[in-house]
Amino acid sequence: MHIAVCIKQVPDSAQIRVHPVTNTIMRQGVPAIVNPFDLFALEEALRIKDQSGATITVLTMGPPQAEDALRKCLSYGADRAILITDKVFSGADTLATSYVLASALRTLDAQQPLDLIFTGKQTIDGDTAQVGPGIAIRLGYQLLTYVSAIRELNVDARQIFVERRAEGGVQVLQSTLPAVITMLEGANEMRFADMPGMFRAARQEVERWDREAAGIADIKQVGLKGSPTAVAQVFGPKPKAVKAVRIEGDTPVALADAFVERLFTDFPQLEDALLDHLDQLADLGAKS
Amino acid sequence: MSDALDSAKPIKKPKRVLPEHFKSYTGVWVFIEHERGHVHPVSWELLGKGRLLADSLGVTLAGVVLGGTDETVRALTDEAIAYGADQCYLMQSEVLADYRNQPYTAGMTTLVNTYQPEVLLLGATTQGRDLAGSVATTLLTGLTADCTGLEIDMSDRSLLSSRPTFGGSLMCTIVNLATRPQMATVRPRVMPMPERMDGRSGEVITHALDLTEDAVVTKQVDFIPDARADKPQLAFSDFIVSGGRGLAKPENFDKVFDLARVLGAEVGASRPAVHAGWVDPERQVGQSGKTVRPKFYLAAGISGAVQHRVGMEGADVIAAINLDAKAPIFDIANYALVGNALELLPALRDAFARRLAATRAHRAAAPAEPVATETEERN
Ligand SMILES: Cc1cc2nc3c(=O)[nH]c(=O)nc-3n(C[C@H](O)[C@H](O)[C@H](O)COP(=O)(O)OP(=O)(O)OC[C@H]3O[C@@H](n4cnc5c(N)ncnc54)[C@H](O)[C@@H]3O)c2cc1C
Ligand SMILES: Nc1ncnc2c1ncn2[C@@H]1O[C@H](COP(=O)(O)O)[C@@H](O)[C@H]1O
Repeated sequence: MHIAVCIKQVPDSAQIRVHPVTNTIMRQGVPAIVNPFDLFALEEALRIKDQSGATITVLTMGPPQAEDALRKCLSYGADRAILITDKVFSGADTLATSYVLASALRTLDAQQPLDLIFTGKQTIDGDTAQVGPGIAIRLGYQLLTYVSAIRELNVDARQIFVERRAEGGVQVLQSTLPAVITMLEGANEMRFADMPGMFRAARQEVERWDREAAGIADIKQVGLKGSPTAVAQVFGPKPKAVKAVRIEGDTPVALADAFVERLFTDFPQLEDALLDHLDQLADLGAKS
Repeated sequence: MSDALDSAKPIKKPKRVLPEHFKSYTGVWVFIEHERGHVHPVSWELLGKGRLLADSLGVTLAGVVLGGTDETVRALTDEAIAYGADQCYLMQSEVLADYRNQPYTAGMTTLVNTYQPEVLLLGATTQGRDLAGSVATTLLTGLTADCTGLEIDMSDRSLLSSRPTFGGSLMCTIVNLATRPQMATVRPRVMPMPERMDGRSGEVITHALDLTEDAVVTKQVDFIPDARADKPQLAFSDFIVSGGRGLAKPENFDKVFDLARVLGAEVGASRPAVHAGWVDPERQVGQSGKTVRPKFYLAAGISGAVQHRVGMEGADVIAAINLDAKAPIFDIANYALVGNALELLPALRDAFARRLAATRAHRAAAPAEPVATETEERN
């Protein structure tokens, strides 16, 4: 059993600040982390390894410093780590990214056949949820997105049953290996890395694949050149045209009364809607 | 944020020439998403927006319906036309009865390759995003995910898709340079719901799917519907009272629920309140939570970070309670209630209760007051 987990190193966006005047990102000192959604993917792979044994290869396309994120994954129990890095990859959108990852995965599959590929639901910086589907289409593997649980995995029969989050409920799907699974957050709880794991990860080699090693045939499909989309503009949120009316009152009670009075004077239809809504709720309550 | 393009900073597009064979691509398409007989309302919201885009491009607006062979699926084309579509593409097949990636991707790419639209919009739902990513990769075209704004740049007929970026702290506008169709998924509840116009007529174009069940690998063996009853229906609530970290303690959230009860409102929350475990994650409003469009939104002890704002700024009327008169939430609020939420929430509960009771009593005594006509002009 061979499982690949695609992870991405991302800036910890909870700590990103935007310069209030220039609207530029202040990146200094923002720590890089493994995309939190990818940890659910890794944990699910580790659980399969615990239960029935598997080799787990983590890979990422990114700059040299993304090695730290891969090492983190090794410390949790991944067996092999590959950093796909080359100057020509920079500026990639999701289409170019999935091209590079799919090429690398094909190369990896030729070394040791892949049964499953996991990705996170989405990244917290790109936030697109497109790379997983992109990989599946390019490889011609079955695509199982928003998976909340793996019900059954039968490697010999090449069969997998998963629960997939759909809009109005949960789909139970039966599919075949190899498949690409994008894992839903909250599907499991990430384990802690133990001391031996951390020592092992520190010593272990992170392989580096450049364009050739990754088996990339068409240079026109990677990086900026291979990206059909481009960011044309970045802007800050626009303040509302009208300024907020400040409600005054000496006491909380006076302020509250003044607000309700003002609100329903400015928006009388809101009071009508509210009364109608309350009547409807009362009707519903009476019926049930 | 649909019209938030900041004119101060010009749009910059890398130069790339649209290949000749894409120049004939025309029309705006909207994927009509449905599951088990239920249409996702984002489809109608997108038809509303699509109408505007098609009109500015001077092209037709089409709905795209894929589904099983029953009559209810065909009836969706009438619905789409009532919501503004000029045409509808209809593809019915047993293999499309339940949503599955492979047959839907095959169906959609077949339609695109045959009829060649210049814009293709889908809802940013689990179904829409699954399908959009696969279709875009198959067609090797550009796709912008989870947009909150769409506009047309008439200088070159390109679609300008805006969305939050960098964890939501900024917005960006993304363009598709030299491929067609220009694809985007759009968040539910961001675009307003269009008016339904019964009696509109339009053309229905049926197209067969050349795929049989034995060629479809993944099977749906079961569907477990959500027990909707006990889940908050935040996205569709007209009245919402939300609380944030400013409430400081889980038990203080009771004051939010108390006010909500008087208003028949749903309770929302900012992310820290959810992360602290004060309320159910279903209640989170914002970028990584729900987008809401209520008639009235009250934010208590919420600072107004962009990630929260993108989820609620579509509300008709916004009021905010905050100790800090400079809190960013006041930049988008209609009403600023500067003060302590722990005191103001109970005061508001009583004030609303008194007022509503008084209005009821007044109307019962003097029914059919002609206030309605006057109010319409006010807004
Ligand atoms: C990728 C990403 C996604 C995110 N998604 C979301 C999301 O979906 N939704 C979301 O909400 N956030 C989201 N966030 C978090 C967001 O950036 C903010 O951190 C969050 O919205 C702040 O919540 P808050 O306003 O409750 O808390 P704070 O920012 O701490 O604000 C608390 C406010 O309460 C006021 N206050 C304190 N005491 C009182 C009192 N007694 N009475 C009245 N006012 C008081 C303070 O003045 C302050 O303004 C996301 C962040 C990231 C990085
Ligand atoms: N550069 C990358 N390297 C490896 N995996 C990636 C990369 N970008 C995205 N992914 C994977 O694809 C998923 C979806 O990413 P995105 O489409 O950017 O939201 C992530 O959770 C990762 O598992």
